[in-house]
Amino acid sequence: MLNCGVVKGCKKSFEILFVNSFNVLTFAPNFKGGIFNRIGMKFISFRFLLLVLLFSCFNMAALAQHHESEVAENFEEKEAEFNPQDMITHHVLDAHEFHIVDWNNHPITLPLPVILWTNDGLVTFMSSEFHHDDFGSVVVEKDGKKFVKLHEKIYQLDEGATSVSFDAEHHPVNASKPYDISITRNVFMMWISVLVLILLFTAAARRYKKSSDNVPTGIAGFIEPLVVFVRDEIGIPMIGEHKYKKYMPYLLTIFFFIWINNIFGLIPILNGANLSGNIAFTFTLAMFTFLITTFSGNKNYWKHIFWMPGVPVPMKIFLMPIEIIGMFVKPISLMIRLFANITAGHIIVLALMSLIFIFKSVFIAPVSVGFSLFIGVIEIIVTAIQAYIFTVLSALYFGMATEEEHH
Amino acid sequence: MDSSQFVTPGFGLVFWTAITFIFLLLILKKFAWKPILGAVSEREESIKSALAQAEEAKKEMQNLQADNERILKEARVERDGMLKEAREIKDSIITEAKEQAKVEADKMVKAAQATIESEKKAAVADIKNQVANLSVEIAEKVIKEQLSDKSKQLKLVDDLLGDIKLN
Repeated sequence: MLNCGVVKGCKKSFEILFVNSFNVLTFAPNFKGGIFNRIGMKFISFRFLLLVLLFSCFNMAALAQHHESEVAENFEEKEAEFNPQDMITHHVLDAHEFHIVDWNNHPITLPLPVILWTNDGLVTFMSSEFHHDDFGSVVVEKDGKKFVKLHEKIYQLDEGATSVSFDAEHHPVNASKPYDISITRNVFMMWISVLVLILLFTAAARRYKKSSDNVPTGIAGFIEPLVVFVRDEIGIPMIGEHKYKKYMPYLLTIFFFIWINNIFGLIPILNGANLSGNIAFTFTLAMFTFLITTFSGNKNYWKHIFWMPGVPVPMKIFLMPIEIIGMFVKPISLMIRLFANITAGHIIVLALMSLIFIFKSVFIAPVSVGFSLFIGVIEIIVTAIQAYIFTVLSALYFGMATEEEHH
Repeated sequence: MDSSQFVTPGFGLVFWTAITFIFLLLILKKFAWKPILGAVSEREESIKSALAQAEEAKKEMQNLQADNERILKEARVERDGMLKEAREIKDSIITEAKEQAKVEADKMVKAAQATIESEKKAAVADIKNQVANLSVEIAEKVIKEQLSDKSKQLKLVDDLLGDIKLN
């Protein structure tokens, strides 16, 4: 009752949701006053948070710095020619180390553990052992096996080989790919986002436990409208009054998980840890939706796929393959939609920034920055829209799978 | 660098995403969604039941009011009935009293008439006695007069007779 206004505001307009997303990042401990009249203050603390993050990253990265001298010259030659495609690819794809900034032509990075599953078992070492090499020239020897990193993929050299050799199409010929389950920068950011989510929502849940009358106070006053939004605008209308409860934990988790990772992808200092723009991430989530849909499908659902009721028999036979394909197309569309939307946004922003370096002129900067800002604002909106769409469609598929016959 | 790596899911990230997501789902389900959704729905229930109670109370009050109205009406009808009955009783008492009074009065009139009759008879009898006495006295005087003067005796008789007024 207390938060009626906030609930309605959030339902009415996505933009308000986005403004709130900044609040998520600031961990403001006290939301007792109206959320909206404090936005100004929140932006200040948002900047402050960024600053803190920046400095903490430098500190962590200092550890990695002393390895760099050997490969520095090598690096300088290769970085001389600016290639926007390489730069964008590097930013959008996953990486084994957390690259923060270049300082005097030395990349400053946060090393992350490399975990490989080879034929003889698990091999682990820090990504800093490659000394920022991404062209297969640094060979890391571990447990009697040799590894090189080539375009952010780790190859194991065949027995007896000392360096990687390539064929005409620049594919390595004397190396094989072990299963790579390294903690890459995307995995690292995913864990940070999980930490943030758990802290945020358990803090909100504790608020209810403390209060005797279930009135949301503090952080719960901010979290509750969002949770109620997912329940009232996604869960109940898509799945139905009687069955939505079972799916609520999944819908809520997926909504906030995608949203926060979309937001994290937009924070520049995190250097495009582009988790929700990575097809592996969207593939996994879409797979979960597909599995839940398939396993909760009732008789009516399967009947509509294999023997469509209410149409003549030839039509039933004609529709069957279409419906079977549709079963798989639905999660595939989920996967591609989220991946493409987020990746496209990143590529556009990076491409606009690349213009400065392509034209080698500082005068193009205002144009680049202006357009990036414009795209950035749209991207902020997209973060929540895409999380919303993924959740709504997942809920819709669950609703279709559990719908009862009513002809 | 071929662009197919954009759309090729990396095994490692799929692996970690799956594990992380399941972990996140379980943790949040137990420690966040259940308490939050529970509190929200509990509050909604309490609001609903409070509203229902208010509605119930309103209805009860309406019932009470209707009851009051009915009782009032009944009381009014009863009062009217009682008044009417009282009036009838009063009327009947009055008529009865009147009749009784009439009967009594008749009786008294009759008694009075009888008394008058008997009084009259007594009076007549008394008169007769007196007349007889007078007659005797007259006769005595006449006889005394006659003894002295015959004409005088006759005149006396005439005078006496003239004085006597029979009623």
